[in-house]
Amino acid sequence: MAKKSYIQAITDGLDIVLNEDPKTLIFGEDVGKNGGVFRTTQGLQEKYGEDRVFDTPLAESGILGLSIGLGLTGWRPIPEIQFMGFTFEAVDSIAGQMARTRFRFGAEKNLPITIRTPFGGGTHTAEMHADNLENFFTGIPGLRVVTPSNPYDAKGMVISAVENNDPVLFMENLKLYRSMKDDIPDDKYTVPLDTAKVVQEGTDVTVVAYSAEVNESLKVAEKLAKENISVEVVDLRSLSPIDTDTVFASVEKTHKVVVVQEAQKMAGVGAQVASAISEQAIMSLDAPIGRVAAPNSVYPFAQAENVWIPAADDIEAKVREVLEY
Amino acid sequence: MAKESKKAVDFDKIKANLGKEFKPVQILDNDANVVNEDLMASFSDDQLVDFMKKLVWERALHEQTMNFSRQGRLGFYAPTAGEEASEMGTVSAFKENDFLFPAYRDVPQLIQHGATVTEGYLWSRGHVKGNKFKARALMPQIIIGAQMVEMAGAALGLKKNGEDAVAFAYTGDGGTSQGDTYEGMNFAGAFQAPAVFIIQNNGFAISVPRRKQTAATTLAQKAVAAGIPSVQVDGMDILACYQVAKEAREFAAAGNGPVMIETLTYRFGAHSSAGDDPSRYRTKEEEQPWFDNDPLIRMRKYLTNKKLWSQDQEDAYIEECKNSFKDAIKEADGVEPEKVSDMLKNTFEVPTPDIKAQIAEFEAKESK
Repeated sequence: MAKKSYIQAITDGLDIVLNEDPKTLIFGEDVGKNGGVFRTTQGLQEKYGEDRVFDTPLAESGILGLSIGLGLTGWRPIPEIQFMGFTFEAVDSIAGQMARTRFRFGAEKNLPITIRTPFGGGTHTAEMHADNLENFFTGIPGLRVVTPSNPYDAKGMVISAVENNDPVLFMENLKLYRSMKDDIPDDKYTVPLDTAKVVQEGTDVTVVAYSAEVNESLKVAEKLAKENISVEVVDLRSLSPIDTDTVFASVEKTHKVVVVQEAQKMAGVGAQVASAISEQAIMSLDAPIGRVAAPNSVYPFAQAENVWIPAADDIEAKVREVLEY
Repeated sequence: MAKESKKAVDFDKIKANLGKEFKPVQILDNDANVVNEDLMASFSDDQLVDFMKKLVWERALHEQTMNFSRQGRLGFYAPTAGEEASEMGTVSAFKENDFLFPAYRDVPQLIQHGATVTEGYLWSRGHVKGNKFKARALMPQIIIGAQMVEMAGAALGLKKNGEDAVAFAYTGDGGTSQGDTYEGMNFAGAFQAPAVFIIQNNGFAISVPRRKQTAATTLAQKAVAAGIPSVQVDGMDILACYQVAKEAREFAAAGNGPVMIETLTYRFGAHSSAGDDPSRYRTKEEEQPWFDNDPLIRMRKYLTNKKLWSQDQEDAYIEECKNSFKDAIKEADGVEPEKVSDMLKNTFEVPTPDIKAQIAEFEAKESK
């Protein structure tokens, strides 16, 4: 056990898979000698050599196309896209090619690719560096989309993602990279890729969230506990598929739910959760489903970011609204 | 008074000379004259007859397939008449372990590399069994250029595996405008991967002529920027296409990095079996010299003069080929339609809960 940051937990996980499976490869822009612009791959090239951990030319479609070709020739690629906003350059590689390959081959070939990419607001980046693009990627059949909300899950899930034989989009929250530390086992462990987790038990209302919004939701739970309001917080962890069973079980217990996301409100993960509850668990509810999400503008320029991103206050207000219904 | 202006650079001269170094390689010209005796001498009579048969096979495949298409028995298929030398010449240089990344007009090469005609027809109809070929290849790529970046990755994978194998990708003149084509070349170059890029310049991207595609004098020169040696070849001369592809393969396999080949060819007919009308975008006068340049004509003439080939032989072989294609489509007719439940099973190795539920839903429908 050692206190490790979210980013160190990911580095740990990558170190383990590189060590265990000689077919794993890490590559992308600046991941080699520089260890990544956030240092997530720090020390790995030194330890495993340039054949296993290497820099690529600066081209996202090229990086993910390269992953497909390497996957087809027996390798287990772990490409990094430096910021999630840059995945737009590689949408065909992901949606048009990688995610369809197993389907096209009639299950005779898998592409065990884990695309790691940082996302998420609150650190005042340049444009296209913080966008929450999960709404976009969770609509792609054949692609798993996951995002850990804490260092423990980050290590266990990155290992599971790499060991999984289907393409996984592994979203790393860049605000959490250094702001969160946990006691992490030194040895290998895995966290499943497709299960949500109840991170705070409660009986009065369920808050469903993921990534950095889990922490905002936990703040609300802690605050409301002082008023004897018991909030249950569910961390989705996997955004495609969504573990609706865990969500339904919680809703059946609390009868009230607020669905929280940092991304824009339209057509996305929160909408999918709300729709699943409406379709299959509506009779458990005794209040309308509450939603907390960013407004439907383009991701804001850095100076307006803190108002735009849903925070604990917004979640608290919505929870009270649902409770008072 | 202003001083006389001096220039550091003569851009006019630089522009006029761009691409001037490329001269198409040729062995047999379009009047069936041997223009390179040394290279011609390297082919045995059997090899020459085999090349002729491949040309006839692909033309027969084209004609029979277009027939099936007109009868409504196939889906999308890209006609290949005119491009037989380019396609059969280059694919003849492949070794079994080489990895092929075809575009949609490259079904004949996929078949030569180990897929069956039946699989080609199933692909055209839209059936997953068309993609379950034993050839080391991807299915024909629909997104133009996507195969180029994937092929760079496969070439790097082959190199890392220490295999004696090369990755080949095909695209057309239009495909060279796609960003992925440059990314693919640049990645293959940066990693010195054993990759051979084949640009089949058939003059048109559906209706848009080559001259509107780029200001570049040749397409071959596009590889030069990525540090890749590149060559133009007479795409109507099967011997030249084979020879250049064979040498490119040897160069790449020896660890020298990628190569690009631009074959100068022509699409005799429409873009696709859906039947666009080429008369909307090109004239008969433009087409005629290319029809006269038919790759079958020059090989037939050369081999007939050498008494290695005859019209009777050709007619009999066409009949044999067409019969085999008729058998292939009958075999395709006998294949059960794909089930939606199977497609769902093919989406992930371990089906997700939502997909599991949908599999059950469709299995119930399918069992009715």
